[in-house]
Amino acid sequence: MLGEGILKGLTETARNFLGSYVNKDRLTTVQFPEERLPQIEATRDFPFLVYDGSDWQAGLRCVSCQICEKECPPKCIYIEKSKDKKPDVTGKLQFYPTTFDIDISVCMSCQICVEVCPFDAIKMNVEFEMSSEDRFGGLLLRKEQLAKSNEYYNKIHPTEAAAVDAALAEERAKVEAKARQAAEAKAATPAPVAAPVAGETK
Amino acid sequence: MTISFLLLAAITITGTAAAMSLKNLVHCVLALTLGLVGLAALYLRLGAQFVGFTQILVYVGAVAILAAFAIMMTRSAEPSELSRSSSIRFSGTLIALMVFAVLAWAICSGTSALQVPGPQPEASVHQIGLALMHLFVLPLEVIGILLTAALIGAGVLAMDETRRAQ
Amino acid sequence: MPEMIDQIFVLLKHWLMAYVPGTLQPIASAVLSVVPVLIAFPLLFAITTVLERKGLGRMQNRYGPNRVGPFGILQPMADGIKSLTKEDIIPRTADQAVHFLAPVMLVIASFLVYAVLPIGKNMVIANLNTGVLFFFAVGSMVELSVFMAGWSSRSKYSLLGAMRAIAQMISYEMPLVLASVVVIMAAGSLSTVTIVNMQASYTRIWPHWYVFTPWGLTGFVLFMIAATAESNRCPFDMPEGESEIIAGYYIEYSGFKFALFFLGEYLGMFATSAMAITLFLGGWAAPFSFLTWIPSYVWFFAKLLTIIMAFIWIRGTLPRLRMDQLMNFAWKFMLPLSLINIVGAGVWHFMPAGFARWLIVSLLVVVSCALLSRGLRRGKSFYVRTYRFAS
Ligand code: SF4
Ligand code: SF4
Repeated sequence: MLGEGILKGLTETARNFLGSYVNKDRLTTVQFPEERLPQIEATRDFPFLVYDGSDWQAGLRCVSCQICEKECPPKCIYIEKSKDKKPDVTGKLQFYPTTFDIDISVCMSCQICVEVCPFDAIKMNVEFEMSSEDRFGGLLLRKEQLAKSNEYYNKIHPTEAAAVDAALAEERAKVEAKARQAAEAKAATPAPVAAPVAGETK
Repeated sequence: MTISFLLLAAITITGTAAAMSLKNLVHCVLALTLGLVGLAALYLRLGAQFVGFTQILVYVGAVAILAAFAIMMTRSAEPSELSRSSSIRFSGTLIALMVFAVLAWAICSGTSALQVPGPQPEASVHQIGLALMHLFVLPLEVIGILLTAALIGAGVLAMDETRRAQ
Repeated sequence: MPEMIDQIFVLLKHWLMAYVPGTLQPIASAVLSVVPVLIAFPLLFAITTVLERKGLGRMQNRYGPNRVGPFGILQPMADGIKSLTKEDIIPRTADQAVHFLAPVMLVIASFLVYAVLPIGKNMVIANLNTGVLFFFAVGSMVELSVFMAGWSSRSKYSLLGAMRAIAQMISYEMPLVLASVVVIMAAGSLSTVTIVNMQASYTRIWPHWYVFTPWGLTGFVLFMIAATAESNRCPFDMPEGESEIIAGYYIEYSGFKFALFFLGEYLGMFATSAMAITLFLGGWAAPFSFLTWIPSYVWFFAKLLTIIMAFIWIRGTLPRLRMDQLMNFAWKFMLPLSLINIVGAGVWHFMPAGFARWLIVSLLVVVSCALLSRGLRRGKSFYVRTYRFAS
């Protein structure tokens, strides 16, 4: 008979309609600004710069090697390398970026900059509420907006940050061991010329 | 000759005149529709509600739409060469004038125009229905059969070739 | 007292009219009758849009609009402001005059039909004795405005939409009119007021609505299906199918003119629903004799809202029909059934009251309905479609 399927469909929608008032499980919509889903750890959107310690200007890991700038596919990173050197957290003298801008309206979140950075200085953020009223400058993030502490990095990506920290610590330990060895060797053989360890850049 | 009559007459005449003189065929149909609506309004003004609304239902609702449809389906709405030639215009005007003269003569020489209209017969829907069912039942049936035949014919024409061959 | 409340608007009008000087009486009377309708139905349109969106949302297990005002009930205002402040774009190649006239004509035609709808006891703008005919005549002007909109936009989508809309409207106007013929036969009048008055009496507590007869029920169902198609609503929304031709004939309209099309469409839907109520559901009459103390206009709007709910429910349930299905349904099912229904109404009229005529007319309708639905299905095999990759 004509109309049987229509009746079946009508009961289904009626059940949905009434059910949505009694059964909260049916409404899977998350009411966004008030309710939020817990963040998934692997979330990523735009890059930020990591610094160690408490002072972002002193602790920036970036040494302005400009690899990320060259690798970035849409070319949205702009770096100006410093003329002088400043000591980084470990006390080693390094170049540093005088300007470090990322235009996140161009960035495509590919994470290539993160992959290529040899110093673990640039990482992916999870901040997504970045709308701006300024059409031209609002989405161009400056160095001071990009700099985030290592603690913040540990908070948003705990597993990844722990691994990075461990690797960095190991490397530093290695460097220190080497330095100690060199110092010991220097102590054992009174060489006329002392190798300037701190002067190395790379 | 009240203002309302003059207004409606003006609308009707403008509409029909525009239907003849406009370039774009679809505009012509729309103008013709305006003329038909004006005519319907004239009927209504005479108190013939049934005829007036039927006029709108049939002419505006169906005929105008069908005409527009036919124009869209058959050719572009641009004016053709033929309609621009002046000889066609001339003969068309001539024929129109002749028809108008004959009609005007018939109306003027007829007796009814001169008579003072007596008490208007109450032409309610009820009476029209009764007249159709009693006095004019045979013409009604004949028209019904004619229309049914037309409908079936249209159906046969629209049927696809393969089905017709069977 | 109930009598007084029932007639309160009529009394109010009389009271106001007493202050109007004699020469202005006809104009004042017209204004006082028309303005409430011009306010009430657009208001109903606003309410319906938000109800529809919320209802559809719930049917699809969503919330629907819930941001503007408490529970989102101020959403229509936000929509209105938005459409008013948007730019009104006219395509460069469009036919300017016709493009402008189409929405105006649509809204005018949609409003005109309310002239003959009795909203309550003694509450009708014009009691024409050809009311039903007026309704269909003016309603058919909507088709013309749809054509104008589609043609003047000079867009393929809008032209396609207009073609579809007109084909559909012409096909479904036939069953729409034929389905209402049974009521005209029974009431013996084309006046909407008379038709409602005929239904406003009771045997014991039961009303004399035409829907409570076999031919009336069939007529009502046919009328509602045709009305759905006439107002281009789901499942007959081919002319504006969002997924194929975006919005059909009004795709090239923006801003306020777009809103006018929306308004016109909804007004048309209310008008046909109101006509269905007038013809089959007793107009403003109460459903039981002991409920007559509730004012008549309350009943009218309650019935109207119920029908609107049904429309929304259907829209949330059914997928869109294909063009051939649409046409087959109109010409091979609706049209013959409405003709048979007229025969049924005639039989009913000439048989003595009693069980026999109930049986005969119901049988006539049911059997023909079953046969016709088999005819629709003939030559088609239905099977469950299987997908190679999707499942
Ligand atoms: S994520 Fe990709 S696009 Fe964005 S800054 Fe890094 S390299 Fe460039
Ligand atoms: S690759 Fe790393 S260290 Fe080099 S400029 Fe980019 S962020 Fe700085």
